[in-house]
Amino acid sequence: MKMKLTTLALGAMMAAGPAMADLVFPSLSYRTGPYAAGGIPFADGYADYFTLVNERDGGIGGVKTRLIECETGYNTEKGVECYESTKGEGALVYQPLSTGITYQLIPKTAADGIPLHTMGYGRTSAANGEVFGNVFNYPANYWDGASGIINYLLDENGGDLKGKKIALVFHNSAYGKEPIRTLEELSAKHGFELTTLPVDHPGQEQKSQWLQIRRERPDFVLMWGWGVMNQVAVQEAANIRFPMENFIGVWWSGAEHDVLSAGAAADGYKAVTFHNVGRDFPVFDDIQKYVVDKGLAAGAGDQIGNVLYNRGLYAAMLAVEAAKTAQEMHGTADITPAMMRDGMEALEMPEARMSALGMRYFGPAFNVSCENHGGPGLVGVTQWDAESKTWSLIADFQKTDSDVIKPLIDADSASYASENGIEPRCQ
Amino acid sequence: MFYREAGDFKVSYEQDSQTFPIKFDRYRYYFVLLIAFLVIPFTINDYWASAILLPFLIYSIAAIGLNILVGYCGQVSLGTGGFMAVGAYACYKLMTAFPEVSMFIHVLLAGGVTGVVCVLFGLPSLRIKGFYLAVATLAAQFFLVWLFNRVPWFYNYSASGQINAPEREAFGILITGPNAPAWATYLFCLIFLAFCALVARNLTRGMVGRSWMAIRDMDIAAEIIGVNPLKAKLTAFAVSGFFIGISGALFFALYLGAVEVGEAFGITKSFQVLFMVIIGGLGSIFGSFAGAAFLVLLPVILKVVGVDVLGWPTDIVAHFQLVIVGALIVFFLIVEPHGLAQLWRVAKEKLRLWPFPH
Repeated sequence: MKMKLTTLALGAMMAAGPAMADLVFPSLSYRTGPYAAGGIPFADGYADYFTLVNERDGGIGGVKTRLIECETGYNTEKGVECYESTKGEGALVYQPLSTGITYQLIPKTAADGIPLHTMGYGRTSAANGEVFGNVFNYPANYWDGASGIINYLLDENGGDLKGKKIALVFHNSAYGKEPIRTLEELSAKHGFELTTLPVDHPGQEQKSQWLQIRRERPDFVLMWGWGVMNQVAVQEAANIRFPMENFIGVWWSGAEHDVLSAGAAADGYKAVTFHNVGRDFPVFDDIQKYVVDKGLAAGAGDQIGNVLYNRGLYAAMLAVEAAKTAQEMHGTADITPAMMRDGMEALEMPEARMSALGMRYFGPAFNVSCENHGGPGLVGVTQWDAESKTWSLIADFQKTDSDVIKPLIDADSASYASENGIEPRCQ
Repeated sequence: MFYREAGDFKVSYEQDSQTFPIKFDRYRYYFVLLIAFLVIPFTINDYWASAILLPFLIYSIAAIGLNILVGYCGQVSLGTGGFMAVGAYACYKLMTAFPEVSMFIHVLLAGGVTGVVCVLFGLPSLRIKGFYLAVATLAAQFFLVWLFNRVPWFYNYSASGQINAPEREAFGILITGPNAPAWATYLFCLIFLAFCALVARNLTRGMVGRSWMAIRDMDIAAEIIGVNPLKAKLTAFAVSGFFIGISGALFFALYLGAVEVGEAFGITKSFQVLFMVIIGGLGSIFGSFAGAAFLVLLPVILKVVGVDVLGWPTDIVAHFQLVIVGALIVFFLIVEPHGLAQLWRVAKEKLRLWPFPH
């Protein structure tokens, strides 16, 4: 007993003592509130990968990583508190998993010189690295998602969407409004008719929207939902017997918990994605061996292999690889946020590198450059099988319509640059 | 012992009717002002400013505003979030339309705009009372949020529907935006809070405040003794709207910097400010401060204790926060229905008699 106490005390002292040479990765997570169902698996995946790196590789380049978790509840005020309380610890990169918090952090992180990685969310025009020096949204953004869905529908319909009716059910917030501009452009280009149906926070009440869908009978319904809104929408679609294979969500509306509650009726529901699904990757064996079996799994440990867990894992993996790149570039293991930013900008993710990590085909191969912080924008499609309760990739990662997206990004980032007096970098 | 009137002689009516008639109280008040204006600005850092002091100051202004309406005039309002949104959007439109004008003027104007809007929504109060008025102001809350979401002019046609505070100055010092120094944002809010509290305190002690309280206590009797209910109620809505508008403008421009109306100024905000007023004490300026401090600081303290000191998982701490704050609200309402201000009053009364209670 005495022995145990001493080790405990020693452990406490070591934990409390100054941990100088840590690489700090804050995780602004949300495990409570109406969006917790999405926040928990992402936070678990994010945390587990850093635990894996510490346990298996002894950290990044020999330096241990330290994850500081801070609960935001998807609330912007708490997000500010979390940011201010963690930035002093030497945070290397922020991934808030909330478009609202992202909008607040874009100017703050720019002032503090800390990079911000908003993978598949946030401000889409941050893909323009000439204006947004420290914001990254590789490997894909909302507008890629919108274009990816339309491209998929074009493929399914023999390249022609003329006269088709497409409805967008969206979360009435900055997040949900993001794709509208792109979809409007695409509707002009491809000749389909677009109806937009906003759903207010938190999204439990959608009767009128689905009544409208029932009345107007659109050919396809797209969804930009998050949290409890997703499951309600899938259930409502099932209630009006809308054909599920014509119902496509963005990547934030395509996880297990979104479709499980609707049971067999959700079979065939689709979602786009920018990374692979399932746990058929060698990295999961490592997670089992180094994280789960050692009892170090984050949260309840029941999310491993879920769509959003994989996304958290992917986000953490990209952060770790960017940190490695930064270490190589600057020749020091103990990197600063500014070095981390350089590493993210020079990040290269060829297939070989992902294979080496046991994550072959986990995401598309891509490179980041000074001009392009958004990656290639490759988007795949997944479909839910209610029988086996699994998502599977039914269309491989495809190019999106950069002819439409690029001008939109340039216009939006140009207006941000003029509002804030930013000179383009990368000359 | 120290805290009593004995020996504190007043030789004029002005001295007799001052806000703090007891010497000790007066010096304590000067001391607090001294610390707030001359000590904190030199020691403040980003975390204290953005996570603790700014929300406390801004919510205090909102609570004073709502307290005038609910606590002094007896008109229940659930539209605070919507009115704060009016202040925020008015400030945003002014900031972007007149970039060279001082933030000081923008915030005051935003308060003025909100005052006018608040009076408009206060008009039904002449015919409906109590719970029914609460429902009417609830309609204001939903209408205003819907309006700011719906009409793109309010958010300058931005793609996301968000409003972002650009960098603006007051007296040549950067006040908004990420590069604004912590002390400047803090002092800016503090000046507004001190101004609002002073105005509110003196209004409620004077003729206007007495007519509000007469209406609150019994409107028919008040009417019979010559209080004009139209004037009394609408002035309460106007003043309350002015303060709430200022708080909304500061909340957006200085504290958050980017705002999405449904999330930042939703119905939960209305309830939050109402809870502050109820917990702090209806009809008390000090109560507004106490209520704001209680609801802003307690979650942060619980978080620091739970996560940083005890090392518990963040979700458990977040759940405990809800439980503890909820339990404390119920506890205070049972033990002291008149709020923290009444506790303070009782404590002062006891101190005056100490050490010889009878």
